[in-house]
Amino acid sequence: MARIGVFVCHCGSNIAGTVNIAQVMAAAQTMPLVTFVADNKYSCSEIGQTAIREAILKQKLERVVIAACSPQMHEATFRKTVAQAGLNPYLLEIANIREHCSWVHSNDKAAATKKAIELVKMAVAKVARHEALFTKEIGLTKKALVIGGGISGIQAALDMANAGYPVILVEREPTIGGRMAQLDKTFPTLDCSSCILTPKMVEVAQHPNITLLTYAEVKSVRGFVGNFEVEILQRARKVDASKCTSCGICWQKCPEKIPAEFNLGLGPRAAIYTPFPQAVPNIPSIDLAHCRYIKYQEFVARGEEGKKPPQCRICERLCPPQAIDWEQSDQVLVEKVGAIVVATGYQTFDHTRYGEFGAGRYPDVITGIQLERLLSASGPTEGEVVRPSDGTHPKTVVFVSCVGSRDERMGRAYCSNVCCMYMAKQAILLKEHDPEVQSYIFYIDIRAGGKGYEEFIRRAQEEARAIYLRGRISHIYQDGKKLIVRGEDSLLGRPVEIAADLVVLATGIEPSAGAKELAQSLNISYDAHGFMVEAHPKLRPVESRTEGIFLAGTAIAPNDIPGCVAQGSAAAVKALAVLSRPSLVSDPMVAIVDPLRCTGCFACQRACAFNAIDSQVTRDGKTIAVVNESLCKGCGLCVSACRGVAMNLKGFSQQQLLAEVNALWR
Amino acid sequence: MALDYQPKIVGFLCNWCSYAGADMAGTSRLTYPPNIRIIRVPCSGRVDATLVTKCFQQGADAVLVAGCHPGECHYSEGNYHARRRFTVLRELLSFLGIEKDRLRLEWVSAAEGKKFSQLVSEFSAEIAHLGPRKDNGKAAGGSL
Amino acid sequence: MAGRTYAYYPGCALHGTAREYDVSARLVCQTLNVKLQEIKDWSCCGASSAASLSPLLGIALPAHNLKLAAAMELPITTPCAMCSYRLKTAAHELKDEATARQVSEVLGSAVGPEVTVEPLLQVLSEDLSFPIRKPLTGLKVACYYGCLLVRPKSVLQFDDEENPQTMDRLITALGAEAIDWGLKTECCGAGLPLARPDLVHRLAYRIISLAQRLGADCIATACPMCQSNLDIHQKEIEAEHGEKLGLPIFYFTQLLGLALGFTPRELYLHKHLTNPLPLLRAKGLG
Repeated sequence: MARIGVFVCHCGSNIAGTVNIAQVMAAAQTMPLVTFVADNKYSCSEIGQTAIREAILKQKLERVVIAACSPQMHEATFRKTVAQAGLNPYLLEIANIREHCSWVHSNDKAAATKKAIELVKMAVAKVARHEALFTKEIGLTKKALVIGGGISGIQAALDMANAGYPVILVEREPTIGGRMAQLDKTFPTLDCSSCILTPKMVEVAQHPNITLLTYAEVKSVRGFVGNFEVEILQRARKVDASKCTSCGICWQKCPEKIPAEFNLGLGPRAAIYTPFPQAVPNIPSIDLAHCRYIKYQEFVARGEEGKKPPQCRICERLCPPQAIDWEQSDQVLVEKVGAIVVATGYQTFDHTRYGEFGAGRYPDVITGIQLERLLSASGPTEGEVVRPSDGTHPKTVVFVSCVGSRDERMGRAYCSNVCCMYMAKQAILLKEHDPEVQSYIFYIDIRAGGKGYEEFIRRAQEEARAIYLRGRISHIYQDGKKLIVRGEDSLLGRPVEIAADLVVLATGIEPSAGAKELAQSLNISYDAHGFMVEAHPKLRPVESRTEGIFLAGTAIAPNDIPGCVAQGSAAAVKALAVLSRPSLVSDPMVAIVDPLRCTGCFACQRACAFNAIDSQVTRDGKTIAVVNESLCKGCGLCVSACRGVAMNLKGFSQQQLLAEVNALWR
Repeated sequence: MALDYQPKIVGFLCNWCSYAGADMAGTSRLTYPPNIRIIRVPCSGRVDATLVTKCFQQGADAVLVAGCHPGECHYSEGNYHARRRFTVLRELLSFLGIEKDRLRLEWVSAAEGKKFSQLVSEFSAEIAHLGPRKDNGKAAGGSL
Repeated sequence: MAGRTYAYYPGCALHGTAREYDVSARLVCQTLNVKLQEIKDWSCCGASSAASLSPLLGIALPAHNLKLAAAMELPITTPCAMCSYRLKTAAHELKDEATARQVSEVLGSAVGPEVTVEPLLQVLSEDLSFPIRKPLTGLKVACYYGCLLVRPKSVLQFDDEENPQTMDRLITALGAEAIDWGLKTECCGAGLPLARPDLVHRLAYRIISLAQRLGADCIATACPMCQSNLDIHQKEIEAEHGEKLGLPIFYFTQLLGLALGFTPRELYLHKHLTNPLPLLRAKGLG
């Protein structure tokens, strides 16, 4: 029978301060099959690990129980430790006497000690039934997928491509650049946003290692780390990219005009369009919902009576290289990749949910990102800040912070992180555009915790003479040409009323539409708001809990540009750490079928979400289930679905779990 | 019922959400009664009838199964399997002469340390209120 | 709406200072075949005073009236915004068992079964196909809902808190033009005319002057407090601001009555302090 060693960790006073280590050790001595018991001040320290290794060798231990912190913390560490002493790493069990015991029962030392003893007893019973498990080497595709072509995704793609690995960058919009492309200047340096972004966009387009797919969406992801299979829907632009010279005649001559999404409705675009002049790729797309010829075709296809709409086709007639291709259709591409970086970014909160701000009824109540477009030299007004209602220059501008942030009423308890800073930036820029502008900024708190950020706020106050008022806005209404903004100055404890020419709502950040659905198909978790959840909020901030899938940028949480760029690079490094390995190691804790017991009912196959159950015909002609180990994720659903007790899960076998139960209260 | 009666509770916690949630309770030093024994399972859907009935056969007063919130299962739908099985298991318990409320299924995410500690405190108080098992701790069905 | 019968709760104001609201409400209901049966032995709803002294009294008073209506097996309607607010609040609070028990003790018998409460504005806007005899063409109306008709939304469940539309739609259906403006649910200060007349004048001035600046010929209300508050202070406000106001303040039922063909006298329009007759004559409605 096995010789089991038990190591009880003090964890300084974290465990020993509550749990009586000597009593636990004494009790462990009496447990079946235990031949050696020792304690450690800090088991995870080099000294602690060496002591464990030496004991294994000296005491000829065959199984090890370490009573210490959560296995989530150090199971991997200790598996390596026992492996270094020649033991199979899976002949180890952790008894969690810190997170599940000493830290939660510090008010009752006797009960905590009693519980710790029972937890050790359960672990001893379980480890006695452990089997040596062996990993397998599996191949991997040395190529990465980046989802989202904003600044985070661009940075991740460039870093991986520059390290020599092929990257596919998928962007839903017709161009990369994301939200950053919409910004005029960036805080706190007032760098021109497109001046620093455009070179990176061009680098992406020209990089030999990057395949850029714009106007495309990831439809489904299958497989596992190193071996993902991705379906990408490439939407038809109806423009042949190999012929188009980006001359721009098509969108200049297209007669159909609709509000431009990129300018948030502040200006028109044509039905054939590039979102902005520096778009990458600079190939126009035909917006099928608005193109006249497409409408004509649909009308004809419906076979309706009446006057036919015009055929138009002006772009086709005028295009010098004849790049318009009406036959082009959507395509589904299938790609194999080894690692995925998710950088799906954000959209801004829908301010029309605020009835007290006019619910979108007042044209001169705009959002922060709309003001960016007005400030931008490449925007709809070529950088002239004018009121959308009458084109006049606003002199009194009121900023309202936390619109869709820090507001439980709207289901948004979180801070959007960037609004305080962009309001300060916009106040400074407004003053630069027109020295007569007076800005008022209503805030709850000024959040300026970044390098040079607090100084920037002071600059808005002192140089741009922005008046900061602490309080919320209760009502905005139109009085002739003025907007009456009513709120509270909570420092003075008085109501305030300002007759403004323009009101800017600092709308908060929320995850992009469709991010949740994408997370579901990637099998990664997201929080109540739809932000992606990190594997560990502090120690693994750019990893998802699914191996091989990494996160960057505002898909995780509201963040500013430097933060997003840092995360893009960090995610790239994490992905490179996967791609640069010669091969991957499979997790051996997978399901296994007992062929003698399997009746071939395939209840397991119906329970499996990963298509990991195949069928095979035995020599005596019986059809039974067999586990495809490379697809099995080790959830054990098949085990509980199996009626014939034929299915089992290595590492969490029925015998192991029952042994834990059996050890209870004995 | 004796005042110092402490119910014995077994908790099957899924590795990805609820076990990490219980860890979070520890990291946040949120206390709860020391009468729960946690067994780590890969997924709440891994918990089957044998494991649950075995607990009661061993004299457990209650069993808690906790997994990821709906839609957040690491294995995409294991918790839905757990939920379906749970309704059947409760019926099975009453067939065995054990009150249904002694088996509970809850969703606890990795971030919900507070929820976990409150859950254990409440559940423990509820079971204490229910008192010792009416079947004297001997579930029908013989050996399992 | 048409053909239905309601337990009619006029409330104290409509038997006193707001007779014209009561009279016009009954006239239009009769014409539109909305049957009103006044609740026998109805009592005061407590208005703002009872609840501020004792929350329990603030519920018990309307609960008494809810019980009377329940005995009639009819839904309640009331023209007064304050009354509908109190009745609806009480109905909402009584869903809580402990409150219901306490109120039963006060009433001396069990509270009645649940009764629906609909402000008259809601009842009359269910079907906007009115038999109009004199369309209010050319009349620009600022619809003013006040504080109590729509807030709090979770209890009243009637219309949007910031930009309600019910009265606007009704007024538009009469051929008049409802102006879009931002003070529809602004407080007019009706609770404070004795304690803080300065404040009341400021609040009323804001509402009246904005409506006037935006081109409204008059204001339509659904609340006796709002109507009287906006109506009676105009002379004093004019003196304070040295500005001519003279904006007629109607009950929506009076405008509806005019469109249905009733005369200003039948609708008690002569009771208003800010004389509406010159405006009506100018628009060919007098």
